Amino acid sequence: MQYAISILLSGVSLGGQYALIAIGYTMVYGILRLINFAHGDVFMVAGLMMVYLTASLPLAAAIPLVLVLTVLLGFVIERAAYKPLREAPRMSVMISAIGVSYLLQNLATYITGGLPQMYPEIPGISKTITIAGAPTKVVTVVTPVLVLVLVLALTQLIHHTKVGMAMRAVAKDFETAQLMGIRINAVISVTFVVGSFLAGVGSVLYFTNYQSIVPLSGSLPGLRAFVAAVFGGIGSIPGAVVGAFIIGLSESIIKGSNWSIFSDAFTFALLIIILVVKPTGLFGEKVTDKV
Amino acid sequence: MKQTSKKSTWMTLLFVAALLAVVVILENVLDPNKNIMVFTALKKGAVYALVAVSMNLLNGFTGLFSLGQAGFMLLGAYTYAIMTIPAAQRDAVYYIYNGSAINFSLPELFGGGPVGLVLGVIAALILGGCVAAVVAWLIGLPVLRLKSDYLAIATLGFGEIIRAVFQWDKLGPVTNGANALKSFPTFSNFNIQNAGGETVLRLSTFMAFLLAGVCIAVIVLLINSTYGRAFKAIRDDEVAAEAMGINLSRHKRLAFVISSFFAGVGGGMFAMFANQAQAKTFTTAMTYEILLIVVIGGIGSVSGSCIAAFLYVAASEWWLRFLDAETFIGGVKVPLLRNGFRMVVFSVVIMIVVLFFRKGIMGDKELPDRFNRRRKEGAAK
Repeated sequence: MQYAISILLSGVSLGGQYALIAIGYTMVYGILRLINFAHGDVFMVAGLMMVYLTASLPLAAAIPLVLVLTVLLGFVIERAAYKPLREAPRMSVMISAIGVSYLLQNLATYITGGLPQMYPEIPGISKTITIAGAPTKVVTVVTPVLVLVLVLALTQLIHHTKVGMAMRAVAKDFETAQLMGIRINAVISVTFVVGSFLAGVGSVLYFTNYQSIVPLSGSLPGLRAFVAAVFGGIGSIPGAVVGAFIIGLSESIIKGSNWSIFSDAFTFALLIIILVVKPTGLFGEKVTDKV
Repeated sequence: MKQTSKKSTWMTLLFVAALLAVVVILENVLDPNKNIMVFTALKKGAVYALVAVSMNLLNGFTGLFSLGQAGFMLLGAYTYAIMTIPAAQRDAVYYIYNGSAINFSLPELFGGGPVGLVLGVIAALILGGCVAAVVAWLIGLPVLRLKSDYLAIATLGFGEIIRAVFQWDKLGPVTNGANALKSFPTFSNFNIQNAGGETVLRLSTFMAFLLAGVCIAVIVLLINSTYGRAFKAIRDDEVAAEAMGINLSRHKRLAFVISSFFAGVGGGMFAMFANQAQAKTFTTAMTYEILLIVVIGGIGSVSGSCIAAFLYVAASEWWLRFLDAETFIGGVKVPLLRNGFRMVVFSVVIMIVVLFFRKGIMGDKELPDRFNRRRKEGAAK
């Protein structure tokens, strides 16, 4: 029983952390139809920045600074690597995304010297508590709450502000939105800013749980979060959150069983099954192809 | 027209033969122990050229964006290794699992000696390709129905699954779990030795080139056949191709299976190059590397992929090595140079290619086309 609760708790917190990354994927895909392969690496870089900034700054200053820098990184990546290719075939943009991911990983290897870095302890959420007999960190409890608050705020932003309306319009039809006088470049930048901000928050929560960061730390959580986004129906924010919790829970259940080596395999098998059975995911809209 | 194409075929054959001859001469004139980098780059380049061309067949000629290349290479590498480890070495390789479940090796089945070695290695490579092809056929049934980026993610996922399966403990007696398979014949086994054990004729790099060359030639023949034209039609416009009577699912599956076959052969050759086969080598990063080679060479150009493979391997393994070493000029330490800087410079170069030279080295042209055009321009003047 105690074991079941601890697995459930870690699954929920993992799901929440994936949700924060998945939202970034799903928003970018909704607007640009691009799998932003570099998103997982932005998440990893956010973790590394935290390690280096807390070495010289107090925590209260470091956390906001990390978030600002992560947002800046997402913005710069979009402007430098994706904007010049707006008219190019989708494949080129995807290749560019893979290139950015490669660059970020190599940069991280260079700066860290390839050694795992220890994530700093954050007082308040690193503390160990006991819930129903299962020991866990405070962050496990904080994560789902924080995710809910952020997602609610995000839905408010999308449904009740001018930027949000513009985002929805661009996601619906890129060219028509442009003709209606929406500055799509600004809208796309806002999307990347929001996505990176959430990835930054996600990295604080995730690495408080799994303290060591290597240059490849971002790629697998990134892929899993992407699977979550597809599972929930890409382009849909509630879908991404639900999908992320399902992926997080199933991962933690499999990791707790004898089949732990297959946890990623299961995630991807789930992806293939959902793509074949219901390609639009749980909450996705149906798209018809035009000839 | 027909005559010029015949002429360019002969030119190409001649060029390839000359290249093979140069490789043999180079290997026997230069001392391999002093020029390790050159021959490493050449061998790895040949392997990567084959894998890049096989990926190009799918991504560039059929327009299916697949990222499962490393997974198929893994299948080929493991099949090759399992089939060729000498029976006497098996207990040492599988010591954790108390011996192997499979206790024969193809080179010995073919009677051992030089003949057995050549036949066994080739049979094992082809078998590796076949295993990859069969798996590709199975995977293709559900996955090939997906469109562009979904296909990419699904095949990427497949690569991860394969890697997990091969590291599974329960399969240990066959795959050696997470440990490396080794002691199987490698390229250096093809160096001919005299009775005294001295190497008389070095053929290891030549073998790599020959195997890769034959496979690439088969792919080129395929591309120039009716099937190849159907692939290109599918790439350019699926709906139009279907309207012209091309069976989409059949041709897509065919392209996927053939590409995976050669990726499997390439995987076996990679194992020969690396002297070991281990599941953790065949990561997504490897697929990305091959994809970047295809992009640098030009999507839809076979010769581009080959040139880019050698450039890429030579640059990353050899020419840019100095960036990783701390260097002092006149007692002053050159800034930035230390371990890892090479890959940073390298990825910046790749980003520049991806962003500003989107066509790559060759675009979708082949090397003979380039020469022909130049000659025609010369004649016009």
